[in-house]
Amino acid sequence: MTGTTTNRPAAHPETSAAETFPQNSALRRLLTRPELGSVVGAIAVFVFFACAADGFLRASSLSTVLYASSTIGIMAVPVALLMIGGEFDLSAGVMVTSSALVSSMFSYQMTANVWVGVGVSLLVTLAIGAFNGFMLTRTRLPSFIVTLGTFLMLTGMNLGFTKLIDGTVSTKTIGDMEGFSSAHAVFASTLTIGGVDVKVTILWWLGLVALASWILLRTRTGNWIFAVGGNKDAARAVGVPVTGTKTGLYMGVGLGAWICGQHLLFSFDAVQSGEGVGNELIYIIAAVIGGCLITGGYGSAIGSAVGALLFGMTSKGIVFAEWNPDWFKFFLGAMLLLATLLNTWVRRRAEATK
Amino acid sequence: MARFPTWVVIALTGALSLSLAGCSSTGGKRAEDARKAAAAQGRAAVNTPRWTFAMITHSGDGDTFWDIVQSGAKQAAVKDNINFLYSHDAEAQQQAQLVDAAVDKKVDGIIVTLAKPDALKAAVARAEKAGIPVITVNSGSAQSKAFGALTHVGQDETVAGEAVGQELTERGRKKVLCVLHEQGNVGHEQRCAGVAKTFSGTVENLYVNGTNMPDTQAAIGARLQADRSVDAVVTLGAPYADTAVKAKADAGSRAEVDTFDLNAKVAAELKDGTLGFAVDQQPYLQGYQAVDLLWLYKYNGDVLGGGRPVLTGPQIVTKDQAATLEEYTKRGTR
Repeated sequence: MTGTTTNRPAAHPETSAAETFPQNSALRRLLTRPELGSVVGAIAVFVFFACAADGFLRASSLSTVLYASSTIGIMAVPVALLMIGGEFDLSAGVMVTSSALVSSMFSYQMTANVWVGVGVSLLVTLAIGAFNGFMLTRTRLPSFIVTLGTFLMLTGMNLGFTKLIDGTVSTKTIGDMEGFSSAHAVFASTLTIGGVDVKVTILWWLGLVALASWILLRTRTGNWIFAVGGNKDAARAVGVPVTGTKTGLYMGVGLGAWICGQHLLFSFDAVQSGEGVGNELIYIIAAVIGGCLITGGYGSAIGSAVGALLFGMTSKGIVFAEWNPDWFKFFLGAMLLLATLLNTWVRRRAEATK
Repeated sequence: MARFPTWVVIALTGALSLSLAGCSSTGGKRAEDARKAAAAQGRAAVNTPRWTFAMITHSGDGDTFWDIVQSGAKQAAVKDNINFLYSHDAEAQQQAQLVDAAVDKKVDGIIVTLAKPDALKAAVARAEKAGIPVITVNSGSAQSKAFGALTHVGQDETVAGEAVGQELTERGRKKVLCVLHEQGNVGHEQRCAGVAKTFSGTVENLYVNGTNMPDTQAAIGARLQADRSVDAVVTLGAPYADTAVKAKADAGSRAEVDTFDLNAKVAAELKDGTLGFAVDQQPYLQGYQAVDLLWLYKYNGDVLGGGRPVLTGPQIVTKDQAATLEEYTKRGTR
């Protein structure tokens, strides 16, 4: 990867070539947007389920779909950023469970205000992210190995610590503890907007997408992220802090896991220690459908949101359409392939017309 | 025909007649079809409106047990003229979202499992608020009533464990190995705790990696080799019984293998004495009863159980009943 395909024209020389063809540059810029394929796909899937599934277009149904998308989307944003930075994180799924477990058990065991547990949990998830980043940049092992190790360790620790501290495989309920209601309001409340129940996670999700888009497109850090994902050595040569950027991206995943984990905890009171395994792939799928390249240097935060939305629409659309859920994974896999193929095709076309 | 050389025609005819003559007279797809035809089918026995019931379980993908629950539910749905929808997700949050989706669909009744009760509390409350009757099945007998469900259909895991403990005591066993194949499943913990409660000897728990059979076999085998005093192994799922039998052979142990739940293999091994006994919670009945009870409620306002769970187990199955059950397990209804 040489970074020739990023969606940040300003940072790359070939855009000056594009400006010499003003008649088609606007269209070309649209075609080279990383989320184009997924947006087309999302519209197609939406129209499809709107026709095929009874009750899909009802406001309450759409709010359920959005809620399902948001619980994936919150994690898909930092995971997408990390992929743009050229790495990925297999520990993201169980880290969500770890975050909820730490928060719940700390508050309960210390009989502290639940906000103390929430704070401790934030520190712990950021530390796990920093650990991933540190191991990666220090040992120069591939991120696959480093985060696979973290994934296994976290899975074991989730079960081990919960059994050790609580004696069972799920945590005790913290619903009657001080601070619960305010924490519930922040992380797991339901707002009624125009007669429709909207989960607060949807707002968190939109906020994160906006924040990540701003970082990517408007700040120097965004430049660095594209640079380290495109070509690490070249980036280092021009003075980009590669180590810091990558560690920061992993800590971003920790932050996302913290938000998701607190949502899990405060919407359900008690947490099952064995959960979260396999979700890391779902986040990666959302990011890839949304136009991120596995090789790094290319992608967007909005794309990850569209990917998560596609996931939410498909998983719930199948229920609304009364289909046999046995076929869900097949449908998802086909969609992943199609979205990626469309993306690649559009990009090649755009490059060929240069 | 003229375009094919003669030898091709001869070879094809030969192959065709061979394959007809060479049909297996035992087993295979044909035997399965015959069994399926023998299972009750039929059409709606009532002319009530075509209500839609949704069942949402905590099953993982491709689980035999839940397949049997489903076939029971489908059978009742056919009889009661019900449009039956099934969905599942092992992840608690996803399961809750599936319940939400069913409520949004405005189905006429919901059947749900409460393996992770806290996670489903809000979703079940939302169904109640929308005026959709809910019946809980399989797990969650303790929470069912508090959550506002009509009734619960299932086996109390602790009671089932206690039945196993009693049976083992009667069989004069001294040391039992309770094999848990799913870390993090509260029901499994309850089963082994139930065994320990009524068993006169000692019970030791062994956690194995249930998604990896060779690993499971090695773990049980190693434990049996290390501890020769174990004289009974209890597995918590039918597929693990046979694995335990193999592990026992590897280790040269003389322990008796007993299990929770049934499948065709377990029925066959009960019949030939390889297994001591099985405790069945009758998954077919859980699906069938849940749909039927919802129908009764919609049609006639009936509720079974009087606020207490309707128990579908434990039923202890030994060599005596195994022969009759074998046929049913093969067609996937026991």
